[in-house]
Amino acid sequence: MPSLFSKALNGVSVKHCKNTANSAAVRMPVPDKVVIPMIQHMGAPCEPLVKVKDTVTVGQLLGDTDAFLSAPIHSSVSGTVTAIEEFITPGGDKCKSVVITTDKLQTPCPDLAPPVVNSREDLIKAVRACGLVGLGGAGFPTHIKLNPKNLADVDTLVINGAECEPFITCDMRLMLERTASIVDGIKVVMKYLELTSCVIGIESNKPEAIAAMTEAVSGMENVRVLTMKALYPRGAEKVIIYEATGRVVEEGKLPADAGVIAMNVATISKLADYLKTGMPLVEKMLTVDGGAVAEPKNIIAPIGTAIKDMIAFCGGYKSEPKKLLMGGPMMGISVYSDDFPLLKNNNAILAFDEAQCRPVKESACIRCGRCLRACPFDLAPAAMDKAYHMGNVDKLRELKVNLCMECGCCSYVCPAHRELAMYNKLGKRLLREAK
Amino acid sequence: MSNLKVIAPAPHFRSGENTSSIMLSVVAALIPAVVISFLVFGPRALLLEAVCVVASVFFEYLFRVLMCGRDNTIWDCSAIVTGLLLAFNLPVGIPLWMAVLGCAVAIIVTKQLFGGIGQNFANPAIVGRIFLLVSFGGRMTTWAAPNGYFGVDAVSGATPLAILKNPELGLKPLPDMLNMLLGIRGGSVGETCIVALLIGGVYLIWKKVITATTPVVFLATIAVLSLCFGLNPAYELVAGGAVLGAFFMATDYATSPVTESGKVIFALGCGIITMLIRAFASYPEGVSFSILLMNILTPHIDNLTRKKPFGGVVK
Repeated sequence: MPSLFSKALNGVSVKHCKNTANSAAVRMPVPDKVVIPMIQHMGAPCEPLVKVKDTVTVGQLLGDTDAFLSAPIHSSVSGTVTAIEEFITPGGDKCKSVVITTDKLQTPCPDLAPPVVNSREDLIKAVRACGLVGLGGAGFPTHIKLNPKNLADVDTLVINGAECEPFITCDMRLMLERTASIVDGIKVVMKYLELTSCVIGIESNKPEAIAAMTEAVSGMENVRVLTMKALYPRGAEKVIIYEATGRVVEEGKLPADAGVIAMNVATISKLADYLKTGMPLVEKMLTVDGGAVAEPKNIIAPIGTAIKDMIAFCGGYKSEPKKLLMGGPMMGISVYSDDFPLLKNNNAILAFDEAQCRPVKESACIRCGRCLRACPFDLAPAAMDKAYHMGNVDKLRELKVNLCMECGCCSYVCPAHRELAMYNKLGKRLLREAK
Repeated sequence: MSNLKVIAPAPHFRSGENTSSIMLSVVAALIPAVVISFLVFGPRALLLEAVCVVASVFFEYLFRVLMCGRDNTIWDCSAIVTGLLLAFNLPVGIPLWMAVLGCAVAIIVTKQLFGGIGQNFANPAIVGRIFLLVSFGGRMTTWAAPNGYFGVDAVSGATPLAILKNPELGLKPLPDMLNMLLGIRGGSVGETCIVALLIGGVYLIWKKVITATTPVVFLATIAVLSLCFGLNPAYELVAGGAVLGAFFMATDYATSPVTESGKVIFALGCGIITMLIRAFASYPEGVSFSILLMNILTPHIDNLTRKKPFGGVVK
């Protein structure tokens, strides 16, 4: 915990819009076709290991690579590979994707078996085989996160159940429905990584989840539930680490350098499930919501399911969708088509209607200082906006644009509607190119 | 359905606040003082305020759209605020053409020539007022006698600060403290009623348009320094333009520091310069000069008080 006298990190009070908080996750039927891109994580893309016309089963390895920063990708359905084609990710990267026509039988891969874990090495091997990545949104390969160079210095596990993005409720549902898995995952990670304490951070707007988790860990020593103020972005990694431990992850450093490993509730529960069943990461619990969706709810869908199939399962569109988001409204990426498939690190699909995406016109900065007061990291977004537009790389470096996590608080509060978060992103690119 | 969707950068949620809503909050905060100016100085006060607002908006449109062919910014409502604040800083009897000239200096010279809203280095209304003061010193210091709210108990037309500054002139006695708070005294149109200005100022703080830092530090500095200089702090606070300046002029976004620590330095400087002028210089009032001088220092204060980023490492 930060000391009583240290400064609280800024943020913004966003409307929560947790419309689906009471919607228990429903497993959707297998779609006719899935598209499984070969990059669904931070790092290098996988190479497809299957050919067109191959028959695949659920959990079968579809793609892998020798690259250090990567995670293998598995088939989420059983069926036949009908194409291996170019795919453009919502972020603009190109990679290959495996298109599978499903047979609806969901035959599990015969090779699957629960892994035998007796040591930390076994655990890390198992986590890689699971294809597990950070399910909170970043998609950082979990086996790398669990294998820091300075493991001896790491003593704390921070479990992220903040879910600070508006609309999204799947992590909260997970904490209610899969409480035991989360606790099992915590036990395994703490045991094999020899961690001495664990903090589960949850925003105060989810009292049921706080109650469920508190009860579940009541008998456990060194595990506690931290109720955080519902102030976006409490779920950002550096923010929740600071809230939970008072430690600051410094520029260019990893959480492990601050003695912390931070994992999302969805990641840790999947880890526990994999150790029990041996079924890799092939499906995802997510929230489908937005003004254009007829029946918003939490669903469990196979990875690679098209947005339109998921929305059809949620009653289809009730009005013309103007904007489709993968992720929450603060950091989600807008995509141009509902043909995009579900990726490992997606935790929401939002279809906004006309009223939810009125275009805003940028005007001149009035120097009101709202962005400064909103930025969790005390950066100066307006100054970086100016420096970016003048192409002043030295100034951008001095202002530490590289520390921006693109949480969007600055753009959210800007009365001149300036796209400050986007300029920070572009400024970071400018800085990288100049190096 | 069509597959063409709106593609936009995150975040896809906005607070709903915009420049014009902020400016209209400031206008709303000035309304109590507008009402009192009518009660104290009669309908001409309203006429002066209306002329300044219309002229400021007109000059904004004239320069921005007709002369430069740039975007029309009158709907951000900042020109309304400038016009109203300039009118508040003028004596009620000033010829209207002078007021219009002041608006031209404020909007065209001070604001638009430097790039428009947010770009000006000095507060437009203050520059407009100082321009008129140095150009037409006589008319700018000819104070009409105020009425009571219902046309009774009128007091001296001279401003209380002028009375305090020049006791040898044998000007009329000072209005009592109640009249000072209610605004029944000589002075600029909008500066006299402390109660109305405080209502507006507290409203702005409550609406989070401004923070309390600048006005509190500004006024506290005046109070402390007036004690040091052997002056009556109560009169120094309410008898001039300090309250109007502290809440509405020194808090101007474009021309005051953005960080809270910067605002402390800025307001401290404003208070010190104000009291130095009042105590030792030939002008009875120093609020507008002090704010103008601190406006010039604002970029440096901003650079000095920039916050250290969270987790930032000095390389």
